[in-house]
Amino acid sequence: MSNLSNLTRGLFKENPTFVLLLGMCPTLGVTTSAINGMGMGLATAFVLVMSNIVISLVANNIPDKIRIPSFIVIIAAFVTIVDMSMAAYLPSLHESLGLFIPLIVVNCIVLGRAEAFASKNGALASVLDGLGMGLGFTMSLTILGGIRELLGSGKVFNLPVFNENYGMLVFVLAPGAFLALGYLIAFINRIRRTN
Amino acid sequence: MEYILIFIAAVFVNNIVLAQFLGICPFLGVSKKVSTALGMTGAVTFVMVLATLVTFIVQKTILDPFHIGFMQTITFILIIAALVQMVEIILKKVSPALYQALGVFLPLITTNCAVLGVAIMVIQKEFNLLESIVFAASIAIGFGLALTIFAGIREQLSLVNVPKGMQGSPIALVTAGLLAMAFMGFSGIV
Repeated sequence: MSNLSNLTRGLFKENPTFVLLLGMCPTLGVTTSAINGMGMGLATAFVLVMSNIVISLVANNIPDKIRIPSFIVIIAAFVTIVDMSMAAYLPSLHESLGLFIPLIVVNCIVLGRAEAFASKNGALASVLDGLGMGLGFTMSLTILGGIRELLGSGKVFNLPVFNENYGMLVFVLAPGAFLALGYLIAFINRIRRTN
Repeated sequence: MEYILIFIAAVFVNNIVLAQFLGICPFLGVSKKVSTALGMTGAVTFVMVLATLVTFIVQKTILDPFHIGFMQTITFILIIAALVQMVEIILKKVSPALYQALGVFLPLITTNCAVLGVAIMVIQKEFNLLESIVFAASIAIGFGLALTIFAGIREQLSLVNVPKGMQGSPIALVTAGLLAMAFMGFSGIV
């Protein structure tokens, strides 16, 4: 498989959020604003790329029986690195993402790519796959966060678009996450069918 | 009284699925039938209480005294993964009937972020051991409540005509949104 398709697969054709419906918890939980969605997406992308590299390099030396636990330890190590560096350099983002940072470790996308792709392919292909999937995840989270922020408070990336008083607060609250994602997926299904 | 407040807050006000967005994967995945929803609830309750108990003890006796709190994520996820495997093996030997009922759900629980989430939450909230157990059990009941109601609605939903573009996950997400809106009515009672 060519390098380009490894990279772009995660962005559109197999977009983890909109098409495969993986990693739903952070998708719904942190997308109250575009910035939060993007931060979460990039943190996950970093873990995805790094764990894909390490796993593709060591996969052949790991006995089959302890494969999954070893992958989890590798992933958890990178999650801890992200958690600590974010707490040091981006404390406000770390605060608003909260519990969802350590929970990257149980994000199905990361373990799923480790198991399905990185353990069977070389380092370069795995980096591109991780990068594509990570950026695809970042993109969907940013879009969803942007839509919720716009509808809820009339802003995108904190830049005012229309008067805050006309915002529908429900889109920033819990129900809005489900509603926005539901209609977004319906919209994307519609586009995919016409193509 | 304090424990009743923890219970009500965890089940209704801060429902783990509908207000805190943890455990969405099983919520969307195994909610097509009420009977599977109940099986999943049983398995989650069992593992969640056990996992919270073990991780709490490990945190207080190993991580805190040696000041290695940064190992929390790695330690907890390994404990949960090992615990789920162990429960599966023990259940198979001791109670085949229960294993039949819960067996298929157990491997799914390792990736249920609610279990790890609750284990970390009780440490962050600085609960004592008994409070942590009550909290974990209440969260699991709240998860079961949301899952069972949702499964009931989806059973009915499979009988009606849904517009083509909305079939599958979109309609499920919109339903969940309405359910979350209903649960918002509980906010403010604690």
